[in-house]
Amino acid sequence: MSNLNFEQKQSAQSESGSIGGEPGGETLFIQHFKNDEARFLKYYHEKMAGYTALKKAFGMTPAAIVDEMKKSNLRGRGGAGFPTGIKWGFINDKTPFPRYLVCNADESEPGTFKDRDIMRYTPHLLIEGMVIGGYAISANVGYIYIRGEYTREAVLLDEAIEEAYAKGYLGKNIMGTGFDFDLTVHRGAGAYICGEETGLLNSLEGKRGEPRVKPPFPAQAGAFGKPTIVNNVETLANVPFIINRGGEWFSKLGRLERSGGTRLISVSGHVNKPGVYEIPAGSMTIRQIIYDLCGGMLNNGRLKAVIPGGSSAPVLTADEIDVIYDIDPLMKVNTMLGSAALMVVSEDQCVVKLIHRITKFYAHESCGQCTPCREGCHWMESIIERILHGKGREQDLALLADISDNIGGKTLCALGDAAAGPVASFVKKFKPDFEAYIRGGKHA
Amino acid sequence: MSKILSQKFYDEMKRLEPRYPTKVALLLPALHAAQRETSWLSPEVLEEVAAHVGIHPAQAREVASFYTMYNLKPVGKYHIKVCTNVACELRGADGLVKHCEKRLGIGLGQTTSDRRFTIHEEECLGACGTAPAMMLNDDYHEDLNVAKLDQILDQLP
Repeated sequence: MSNLNFEQKQSAQSESGSIGGEPGGETLFIQHFKNDEARFLKYYHEKMAGYTALKKAFGMTPAAIVDEMKKSNLRGRGGAGFPTGIKWGFINDKTPFPRYLVCNADESEPGTFKDRDIMRYTPHLLIEGMVIGGYAISANVGYIYIRGEYTREAVLLDEAIEEAYAKGYLGKNIMGTGFDFDLTVHRGAGAYICGEETGLLNSLEGKRGEPRVKPPFPAQAGAFGKPTIVNNVETLANVPFIINRGGEWFSKLGRLERSGGTRLISVSGHVNKPGVYEIPAGSMTIRQIIYDLCGGMLNNGRLKAVIPGGSSAPVLTADEIDVIYDIDPLMKVNTMLGSAALMVVSEDQCVVKLIHRITKFYAHESCGQCTPCREGCHWMESIIERILHGKGREQDLALLADISDNIGGKTLCALGDAAAGPVASFVKKFKPDFEAYIRGGKHA
Repeated sequence: MSKILSQKFYDEMKRLEPRYPTKVALLLPALHAAQRETSWLSPEVLEEVAAHVGIHPAQAREVASFYTMYNLKPVGKYHIKVCTNVACELRGADGLVKHCEKRLGIGLGQTTSDRRFTIHEEECLGACGTAPAMMLNDDYHEDLNVAKLDQILDQLP
């Protein structure tokens, strides 16, 4: 594919103001979003080859399905980017029964709202993906753990599940194969940490959503102590496409070697057209996303900062946005793609206030099990707060760097890193903004 | 102890029970269902839920208090939760909170004396593309500004 041609298509798309269409390649999801008919089985059958992938999967061995998933180079869309095929491969002949398949629909990472669109516009993709996944790992029970706030989406999922039961795509002896699969929507109740898979599993079991010590990993001892695979909504919704059209085809949709498929990205903040977009994985830089896809900066503002992967991702400055927006390229510049939630910040926003808000969030959401996170997040919040109020001290920036260093990598789960990375990066990259408060007499 | 929760609650629990391998897994769905009936989880309601799923009331409280959506104190008829996380802050959530406080004459976490309104600040609602957003009881309201907020509040019965 020619790069030039791709850019031309991309700019044509942004001029038309449409977020559908095909930005330089085939899209799988977005043409069905914002369409209130798409969530029904009738549409899914007629327009999206509904449940034909499931039929095809039943003609394959579970091992062949896992192989296809490996070939697809689909990397988990929840944030960690772990290859889905390899994860499914953790369940093998020796794995004891029962096994569970759990969909992580907690979507709690600030800035992320793509899974919500999958659930409200194309819920059958998720359901079909889960039945195929259940068959591939020989699990007869699945749960969709959805964040409690998504009440409407939970209802829509329940309605779609009911349709699938009525047609025999869920329940006993699906399509006469003897395979049974039951699917239940389980609502969370407001806790960021339940997006962490072991916190999620505890919450599913009726406990506080505190992350577990790993190992054992969920594939060994997950839901109710049994072997469990946990996948993100978008990850599972990609499965029917992969089975129908092949892992190799899917892999080639992506523009990078180890990152297949398209990618739903959530863009928010100071751009003219925030929203969910779909691009071939690794096909655009952050600059192209902001200026070509999202119509540029709101009110022609000047770009100050970009948080590329949800609020847990270390920040990038306006000079650092010519990086390809995908897992490996972002890792090379010491940040992360995470859940592909791009938050765009103009110079109108004070970055010290911004990192204060982010840190307040982590201090609130820390589950409290690990001392570095429980204590450290509150200290970071308090220190940034005093800086904002004109009471910062000369040594505060070094102190913030030190505290964040004592949280990162020293906790049971990734919340510690999620809180530490942003603080360290803001302090390092926007030092003059902090110094204006500490030395320059600025205060909130 | 006479029961506070309705037959509907018990019917729903009966329907959900076979979906889980343990009874305690019903705790979160049960707390949601109970709160739908009573608007907040009083000690008596928590006790009844705990008895149904077979745990000590303290354990039910331990779990309920972990999650922000369970109201352990009474709330107003209309529970306003304004998201003030990053994306909403960038799009003016602060002004919405201040407007709510001014209009209703209460601060965050407080309830009006006529028990009609409670306001809370909320963490990210996952509606960042249509920020700023808030929840009013179970419903999302997005792409907000002060005028739209007023319109929504004016129309409440």
